[in-house]
Formats: sequence, structure tokens, C-alpha cells
Amino acid sequence: MLRGLHFDIAHTLSVSVLLFSFALLYQRRIMGVLNAFALQALMVAAAAAWQAYSQEAPHLYATAGIALVLKALVVPIALKRIIMRLGIHRAIETVIEVNGTLLAGVGLVALSILLVFPVAQDSAALTRENLAIALSIVLIGLLMMITRRNAVTQVVGFMSLENGLVLAAVGVQGMPLVVEMSIAFSVLVAFIVFGMFFFRIRERFDTLDLQYLESFRGDRGQDHRP
Amino acid sequence: MSPVAFILVVPLFGAGILLLLPFHRTAALLNATASTATFFVALVLFVARPEPTAFFFVDDFNVYLVALTSFVACTASWFSAGYITHEVETGHLTGVSLRFYHSMYQFLTFTMLLALVANNIGLMWVAVEAATLTTVVMVSLYRTRESIEAAWKYFILGSVGIALALFGTILIYLAAQPVIGDGIDALAWTNLHARSASFDAGVLNLAFVFLLVGYGTKVGLAPLHAWLPDAHAEGPTPISAVLSGLLLNVALYAVLRFKMILAGNPGALTPGPLMLSMGTASLLLAGLMLYRRRDIKRFFAYSSIEHMGIITFAFGVGGPLANFAGLLHMALHSLTKSAIFFAVGHISQVKGSQKFADIGGLTTTHPWLGWGFVAGVVAIAGLPPLGLFMSEFLVVTAAMARQPWLAAPLVAGLAIGFAALLMRLHEVAFGEPRGSTERVKASLVPMYLHLAIVLVAGVFLPAPLVAWFQSVAALLGG
Repeated sequence: MLRGLHFDIAHTLSVSVLLFSFALLYQRRIMGVLNAFALQALMVAAAAAWQAYSQEAPHLYATAGIALVLKALVVPIALKRIIMRLGIHRAIETVIEVNGTLLAGVGLVALSILLVFPVAQDSAALTRENLAIALSIVLIGLLMMITRRNAVTQVVGFMSLENGLVLAAVGVQGMPLVVEMSIAFSVLVAFIVFGMFFFRIRERFDTLDLQYLESFRGDRGQDHRP
Repeated sequence: MSPVAFILVVPLFGAGILLLLPFHRTAALLNATASTATFFVALVLFVARPEPTAFFFVDDFNVYLVALTSFVACTASWFSAGYITHEVETGHLTGVSLRFYHSMYQFLTFTMLLALVANNIGLMWVAVEAATLTTVVMVSLYRTRESIEAAWKYFILGSVGIALALFGTILIYLAAQPVIGDGIDALAWTNLHARSASFDAGVLNLAFVFLLVGYGTKVGLAPLHAWLPDAHAEGPTPISAVLSGLLLNVALYAVLRFKMILAGNPGALTPGPLMLSMGTASLLLAGLMLYRRRDIKRFFAYSSIEHMGIITFAFGVGGPLANFAGLLHMALHSLTKSAIFFAVGHISQVKGSQKFADIGGLTTTHPWLGWGFVAGVVAIAGLPPLGLFMSEFLVVTAAMARQPWLAAPLVAGLAIGFAALLMRLHEVAFGEPRGSTERVKASLVPMYLHLAIVLVAGVFLPAPLVAWFQSVAALLGG
């Protein structure tokens, strides 16, 4: 009975992370994307904390804490400030229409289930379903990176992809801390790098829209440094 | 202190000190000294091999790559000293960027060596990711519009690659955990390798697909190779040499480690066909792309994709002969390609341009540099008597022995690349002199040193070395 409850709560939490992945896909404004991302990170933190409790693995609380502080609070707030300062809080340009991306997202969830279920038959049901959900979050993150032109939304797509990875890692019984720490660490480092990029891009183009970067492709560059 | 700790600590400390050191001449010298010290200690690993621990281990396979990596990092750092002096004189790099450059150089060496000696697949992943982030910063060093775009593209594709690789790593743990038990032991490569026979084959298969695509992105395999030419063309040339010569090898090393885990499981898929198709695709695509390149660094970056394709193909064929050829090609390509990038660095500094249109008749204006470049291109094209002829010949032979039709696309790809190389070689080295005839101030020793090794390897490979390569090839399995 108690096991059933553990199972249901873990399920609910990981599915809600997936739901916010879809929420990320249908946002049409940058601020909306950041809010959806913050909520997704909150759900990841909750999922990690629940796994820490039910697996009796206290180190997972650290993962939950990192997700909560860094991804649900620090990163979205910092990104919002950057956006305000640069004055680019406007609509997002998409490569494919939002409806199309949502449909593709549903397709990716189906794909992940079809991929993971037959393979991981011997693993515990919870691990298996958790893994399928995590994979769909990873794939939707990829989809978001491909279909959004704006640098900030690409970054958010990448971080939501990392959320999927955290979810996968905490769902597997006894995964050592090293890996989770490294995930959190990588988000931090990635963010610093991203920040540097933003400022440099701002310096040069007055925009974060990657479309402007694409004028240069392959050999067309004019002024090459040796 | 164990040699493993030493080769990791020296570059790491070096990175810290160089970040604080404001004098670029001293910094370049220190950078080169640290790299040289790392190389000599890496050689000690051949004789005094430490016992495997939970995090680090050294075996026949990685010790060879550690030696190769530290050697090329060492010669490239001496090349870099001359290169940087020129960049400072022409005002392309100043103060903070330079400090950053030297520090990142050491840090990159650290991450590559860490990835090679890591016994823990999680740690290996962290190292590869850190290497990616470091090189992203390096590529954007000049802060031109092009370099930022190149770095951005590299960053996005590289991150996607490492994210997929992490998913694969988690899946490997999932497969290992029921057999080995919870915790850190189930991520140790030595345990995984020893006990992979009882893992769940389905999970291993799924994991390998993610790992191949993920780390394959870092190897520069098609279709996720788009970052590689830009990153090579826009970053500082010593970094192009290190990227092509070393980082691609490190990523391939990761793939091969996982291939070995799969090989130990009777139920798992044979990675061969997957690697064969990715290798062939990269080889053919890069071969064709060589024709329309107008930028010399971009040109040789495509050639690196081509060669990584050949190497992946060789390991995909599998078996003692093909593995032997693959290992040999990995080492020789690394040495030759970095020598070529050294030459290209000198050329582009002399001419003030990377465009083929601005470079010509080098053998008449700069005989030493020009003929060195000719030797490098002849080697990379796979002409005898240089070493790459032998390894390419072995790959073709092994493919023939396995499946005659397999050799057809391989030979076609080699021929396509060969023609493109010779066409450009003629234009750059012979033909009408074009561009500045300024003298080369930097030393040509690193380039000639690499070329000499490649020549010797082609003419005479010492018997102990052959035996060594054969034992590693056996380790890699079919």
C-alpha cells in the first residue's frame, strides 16, 4: 500500500516535469518561457526530494537543493535581468509554428515510451517509466533548441534538457552523487559561459537573435584572423 | 606522488598560476615547461604502472593515448609560444585574453588527460564536458563576429552531444546496477568491463546508441560534425592543432571504451555496423566538402573529419588487423594533422590571411616552411613512404578480408580526399608566389619533429611497438 503511494507520488512529480516541458513549447513570450522553466525546475527539485525520501538516499536532497536554488531561482532571475537590461522582452520567433511543435512533442513522448519500455523490461516499473518520461523531456528540450531562433530560448531549451537528465539520474536506484553533482555543476558552468556569450553578442550585434549570426556560414566570412 | 596524480596536478596548477601571470613571454615559457614536464612524467607510466583505483586506472590502451596526448600538447605549446609572440606583435591578442589563453591551454590538457585515465565513466563524462567548455572559450578568443558564431555553434552542438552521452552513461549504470550493486562501483570501468556479460543486453544496446551519437558529436562524425570546421577555423591555430590532434581522439577513446563493454556481452548488438555507417558517411561527406573550401584551416578541419571517419570505420570492421590499423592511424593522424596546423599557423601569420586565394608558391618564397607543408600534406593524403600510407593500407586490407564490398566506399572516399588535397597542395606550395614574403620568425622544430616521427613510422615500425599495438588491438576485440 505504502509502496503504491510512493510510486504514485513519484509518477505525478515526473509527469508534471514533463507537463512543463510542453508549457515551455507553447510560450510565445520570453518571460513566459522563463517562468515555465522556473516552475519546471521546481518540479524537478520536488521529484528529487521525493526520491531522496523514498529511496532513503539523503545525498539526493543535495540534488534537490541545487535544482531549487540554482535552476528555479538564480538562473531565471539572472536571465530576466539580462533580458530587461538588453530590452529584448518581446515575442519569440519560431522556426516551426507552435502547434506543429506541440504535435512533434507528443510524437517524441510516444517515441520515448516505445523505445524504453521494451528495452528495460527487467528493471523496476518505476525506473522504467521514469526513464521514459526523462527521455521525452530530453528530446523535447532538443526540439525546443532546434525550433527557437532566440539565444535565450535555446539556453532554456538546453537547461530543460538537463532537467530531464537529473530526473533520469535520481530515478535510478542508488546512482552515486558524483554524477548529480556534475550535472548541477555543468549547469552553473554552462550558465557562466552563456552569460559571456550574451554580453559579447550584445556588444557586437545589439541583439540576441541568432538569425543575425547566421549571415556568416562556411566560407563567406570577410575578415579572418590568422 | 603517483605519476597519474602528477600528470593531472601539473596542468591543473599550471592553469591556476597562468591565470594570474601578467607577462605573456614568461607565461608562454611556463606553459611550455609545464606541458613538457607532463609529457616526461607520462612516459614514466610505461614502466611504473599504478594499480587501478575507484577513479583512475592505466592500462595498455590508455597509456598510449596519454603519451600521445601529452606529447602533442607539449610540442603544440612550444609552437604556441612562437605563435603568441606574433599575435602580440600584430596586436591581435592582449592582456587578459592572453592570460586566459595560457591558463585554458593547461586546463584543456588537464581535462583530456583526466578523461583518458578516468576509471569512472561519470568522471570521464565530466572531463569531456569540461574539455568542451574550455575549447568553446578558446574558440571565441579573438572575439570577432565569426569566432563568436563558431563558438556558439560548437557550444550548442557540443552540449547536445554531451547531454546525450550523459543519458547513455545513466543507462549503463542502470544496466550495471542489478549485477554490481548500488554506488560508485557500478560506474567503475574495470568492474563494468569485467562483468558486462551478465548485464541486460537491451539496456546496453540503448545506452550505446546514445553514447555513440553523444560522444560521436565530439569526434566530429557526420551528421553532427557541423561545429568542427568553424571551431577549427576561428580559434587560435595552436588550439586547432590540439582539437584535431587530441580532443577528437579523446572522444573516440570514450566510444571505444563503451564498445569494449558491449563486446563482453553476448546478447548485445555488435557496434560494428553502426560505426561503419557513421565512419563511411563522415569519410565521404568530408571528402566531397574538401573541394569547395576557400579557407585553409577549414579545409584541414574537413580533412580531420575524413580521417576520424576512417578510424571509426577501422574500429567498426573490428578484429586484430583493423583495430591495429585504427590505433596506428589515430596516432599518426594526430601527429601529422598537428604538424600541418603548425605549418598553417606559420603560413597564415606570414600571409596575414587564411584564404587560399592569398597563399601561393610557398616552396619558392619560404623553402623550409613550404617543403614541411608539402611533407605534411603528402603524409595526410596517404602517400608512401609516410606512416599514414601504411595504416590506410591496413584498413583497406582488413575491410577487404572482412567483406570485399565494404572496401569500395572506403577506397572511393580516400580517392576523393586525395585528389582534393593534391589540388590544393599544388596551388599553395608551387604555382605563382602570392602574398607577403616576410620571414618566419617562429621555430619550425615542432613541425619537423612530428613529420620525422611519421616518416620513421612509415619506413620502420620497431618490433616491440608492433607487439604493443597488437596487444591493445586484441584488447579492443571484434
